Amino acid sequence: MSIWEYANPKKFITTTTPIVPWVLGLSIALLVVGLTWGFFFTPDDFRQGSTVKIIYLHVPAALMAINAWFVMLIASLIWLVRRHHVSALAARAAAPVGIVMTLIALITGAIWGQPMWGTWWAWDPRLTSFLILFLFYLGYMALWEAIEDSDTAADLTSVLCIVGSVFAVLSRYAVNFWNQGLHQGTTVPVATGERSISDIFFVPLVMCMVGFGLLFLALVLMRTATEIRARRIKALEARMRG
Amino acid sequence: MIALLKRDLALAVRAGGGFGLGLAFFLIVIVLVPLGVGPEAALLTLIAPGMLWVAALLAALLSLDRIFALDFEDGSLPLLATSPLPLEGVALMKGVAHWATTGLPLTLAAPALGFLLNLSSTAYVWLFVALAIGTPALSMIGTFGAALTVGLRRGGLLMSLLVLPLYVPTLIFGAEAVRRGADGLSTTTPLLMLAGITLGSFALLPFAASAALRVNLR
Repeated sequence: MSIWEYANPKKFITTTTPIVPWVLGLSIALLVVGLTWGFFFTPDDFRQGSTVKIIYLHVPAALMAINAWFVMLIASLIWLVRRHHVSALAARAAAPVGIVMTLIALITGAIWGQPMWGTWWAWDPRLTSFLILFLFYLGYMALWEAIEDSDTAADLTSVLCIVGSVFAVLSRYAVNFWNQGLHQGTTVPVATGERSISDIFFVPLVMCMVGFGLLFLALVLMRTATEIRARRIKALEARMRG
Repeated sequence: MIALLKRDLALAVRAGGGFGLGLAFFLIVIVLVPLGVGPEAALLTLIAPGMLWVAALLAALLSLDRIFALDFEDGSLPLLATSPLPLEGVALMKGVAHWATTGLPLTLAAPALGFLLNLSSTAYVWLFVALAIGTPALSMIGTFGAALTVGLRRGGLLMSLLVLPLYVPTLIFGAEAVRRGADGLSTTTPLLMLAGITLGSFALLPFAASAALRVNLR
C-alpha cells in the first residue's frame, strides 16, 4: 500500500470525510480550552498587563500563515511531478486559509502594538515580510481565479508558488538588512529547546498552536473535498450540455 | 539567439514598439514627486534615492506585457517555441531585449533626473551603478511574470500584482545602495546582494518562464 493511493479523488473523499469532524472537533476543543485558559486563568504580565494574552491568537496564526505557504509549496511540487489533481486542489484550498491566518496575525499584531509600541504599524522587518507574504497570497489566488482551464491554472500557480517561495525568503532576508526590528525574537525556539516563557503561559500557548494546526488541517481537507465535488459537477454539466 | 535579440530590438525601436515610453513615464513620475510632496530641497534629497528606484521599477513594469503579448497575438511565439532554439533561450533573450530597451535607457537617464530631485552629489555614481546592476533583474523577473499571464486577455493588472512582490528584494537593496552612497557609507554589501539577485534571476528564471510559456502554449 502506498500513500499515492489517497491521490485518487474518490479514495480521498471517502477517507477524509469521516476524519474531518474528529479533527475539527479536537481543534475546537483545544482552542476553547487553550484560549479560555490563556485569557482567564493566566496571570497578567507585570509590564504588559493583560495585553500579553493576545499571544494566544497571534503566535499560532502567524505560525500557520507561514506553514500554509509551505503546504502549498509541497502540494505544488507533487502536482508538477506526479500530476495528482487532488494535490493541486489541496494547494488551491490552502491559500484562502493561509491568507486569513496572515490577516489574523497582522490585525492582532496591530491591536497589541497600539498600546505596547504606541503605533498600529511600524516598518519592522517581521511586519513588513508578513505584509509581503499577504501580497504573495493575493497574487497566487488571483492567478487561480483568472485562468479558466483548471490544469493550466494548476500548472501556472505551481510555478508561481515555487518562484514566490524563493522571493519570499529573499524578501524576509532583505527587510532584515533594511531596518532593525521592533518585533521581539522568537519566544519558543524549537531548535534549541530553550524558551523565554514560563510554563503557565506555555501550556495554553501550545494548546492553541496545536488547535490552530488541526483547524487548518480540517479546513484544508474540507475545502479540498469541496473543490473535488465542484469539479465533478462541472464535468457532469459539461457532459449534459455536450 | 542573437538574431532573435536583433529582431526584438528592431521591433522595439521602430514605430509602435513603445520604445521611450517607459523613459517618458519615468520622467513624469519624477516630475510628479516634488509636486506631490512639496519643493523643499532637504526633503527631496532625503527621498530621492527611494523615489528614483520606485519610479524606475514602475517604468519597467509598464512595458512588461509587451514582452510576449505581441508575439502571442501574431502567432510568432508558437513558431519560436517550435524552432530549434530552446524556449529557455527565447525567454532569456526576451529578458535581455527588454532590459536593453527599458532598463538601459532608465539607467542612463536616472542621473540626469537626479538633479530634479536634488540628489546629494555623492550619490550619482552609486545611483548609476545600482541601476545598472539591478535593472536586469527587474527585466528578467518581469519576463517571468509576462510568461505567466501571456494567455490571459486582461493580464496586465494581474501581472502587476504578481510581479511587484517579486520586485521587493531588488528595490530594497537597490535603494539601500544609493542611500548609503548619498551618506558616504560603504555600498559593497547591498551592491553584492543586488548582483546576486540579478545573476540568480538570469540563471534560474528563464527555466521558470519557459515552463510557464509551455503551459500557456499547450
